[in-house]
Amino acid sequence: MRSQTVELQREPRARAPELLLLVATGAATAIILLALAVLLADIVAGGAKVISWEFLSAHPRRGLTEGGILPAIVGTVALTLLMTIAAVPAGVATAVFLTEYAPADSTLARAIRVCIANLAGVPSIVFGLFGLGFFVSTVGRGIDRVLYGGELVYATPSLVWASLTLAILTLPVVVVATEEALRAVPREIRDASLALGATQLQTIVKVVLPHAMGGVLTGTILAISRGAGEVAPIMFTGVAYFLPHLPSHFNDQFMSLSYHVYVLSTQSPNIDQTKPLLYGTVLTLLALTFLLNLVAVLLRAKTRAKVHATE
Amino acid sequence: MERLIELALRTVALTSIAAVALILAFIAREALPVFSGEALGESGTLLDLVRPAVLADGSEHFPWQPVSEPPKYNVVPLVIGSLKVTLVALLIAAPLGIAAAVYVSELAGKRQRELIKPTIELLAGVPSVVIGFFALIVFATWVQRAFGTEHRLNALTAGIGLAMAVCPVIFTVSEDALQAVPHAYRTAALALGSDRVQMIARVVVPAALPGILASVVLGFGRAIGETMIVLLASGNAAIVSGSVGVSTKTITATIAQELGEVVVGSAHYHVLFALGTVLFASTFVLNFAGERVIHGLRKKLGSA
Repeated sequence: MRSQTVELQREPRARAPELLLLVATGAATAIILLALAVLLADIVAGGAKVISWEFLSAHPRRGLTEGGILPAIVGTVALTLLMTIAAVPAGVATAVFLTEYAPADSTLARAIRVCIANLAGVPSIVFGLFGLGFFVSTVGRGIDRVLYGGELVYATPSLVWASLTLAILTLPVVVVATEEALRAVPREIRDASLALGATQLQTIVKVVLPHAMGGVLTGTILAISRGAGEVAPIMFTGVAYFLPHLPSHFNDQFMSLSYHVYVLSTQSPNIDQTKPLLYGTVLTLLALTFLLNLVAVLLRAKTRAKVHATE
Repeated sequence: MERLIELALRTVALTSIAAVALILAFIAREALPVFSGEALGESGTLLDLVRPAVLADGSEHFPWQPVSEPPKYNVVPLVIGSLKVTLVALLIAAPLGIAAAVYVSELAGKRQRELIKPTIELLAGVPSVVIGFFALIVFATWVQRAFGTEHRLNALTAGIGLAMAVCPVIFTVSEDALQAVPHAYRTAALALGSDRVQMIARVVVPAALPGILASVVLGFGRAIGETMIVLLASGNAAIVSGSVGVSTKTITATIAQELGEVVVGSAHYHVLFALGTVLFASTFVLNFAGERVIHGLRKKLGSA
């Protein structure tokens, strides 16, 4: 690089195109960053003055024009918690199978990889259709027929179906992050463990997975952040416009921060009256997803640094 | 015990394959009555979904009027709407995302790089409903004022909002492709006497070109499947028009808006699932193609 700088100084003609490229690509980068900055500034400016303990801990009142967003917060937490319980074990197991057991170029491993990649690209509204057609109308109806003699208990949009729909949507996030971390665990550590007489399972559970914990955690956090922001997959599988009570059963409907943003944006009879609440909800949702993303980014940087240190 | 655990892991790993198969099976099952023409009435055929209706004065139109009597399901305005919004988004996001990738990968210093990359990835983490809200409440007004569009909510506003969601995808994939170009290519170009611009324009970018094109394909898939941004910002009127300034309805927004209110098993219900099936199939093909190209590029550059 240094020798090239010297050469550029000797040939001033070469500088104009370089400057042009620098300005053009730099400007494009600046535009993207500026768009993010404007978005954040507007939301923080509009939402900061709304957020208070009262706003976060009260129920909505007077047709969503007053009060707080407690049920939406509780709903989002319950939703992402159940989603995590389903998605993380399945995702980690898939990643462990792919890296530790399946031969890298086996047909099965390749088929699983193709499906994971494509699952990540399925439009979220398609997950909504699927959740309604599969979980609510098929699995739910099946449960009702077998356990409740056809009475309507689970064949209706509810917390559990929305969570499972989101779990499938976020599965690739967990798999990809965990796989990356598992691959970063040096071969020698596995060999050392096996050489000391540990079985493959013991090696995975006691040696490999603890090393990859950062990746598992990163994947979990990214999945929660992604799940908390989604609307389309939960629209037909369990989220509600307004509920007077907090959800207490798997088959209850629930409110969510993300859907609440949509509701307040579109269904309000008087947008100026709802605007402060809308901004407060958006800021709460964004703060939640951003904080989670930030933690994931830092965690990933730390894991990568550690991997490089051991190499 | 060991074998048992391995078997259990293998079974769980099959979840992803099962999920893709089940998604296809369940939405296609509900769409089947449409593809067979059965749901579209006595003499209904699939052609009814695209054939223009002729008005009394002889002019043709493409009505998506699912709740009129009789209901009319012409998907032409929805397909055009989806393509129009996606095109606007890509025309904005592709140049920006690719140029930013070139800047971050080839021109920026190490510290700038380490700051800019995660920041753009943070933009990818903004929920689409938040971008949709921002488009609807804030910049729809700016766009209408700046371009004097016919409707306040239109394909242009939705397209700009979509560009915010798609840009990080194009940036990240393009940047990865540029980074995958071996260092030896760069030093060889410089050793042969090219300057930095020549090196980037004639060696690095051409070598990474398949990956850059794949980023646009993946961006296309993301844009056409995006729901909340277009639902909030496009105006949702099923109008066939070449203008980006008029209210527009996309396939995704149609499903999101109408599925909640249809009678399960009605023609309208089945048509919405048919739209979902088409959406699933097209994003599947786009993603598959994109992934294949990226995979091929990695292999080629890795062995080079």
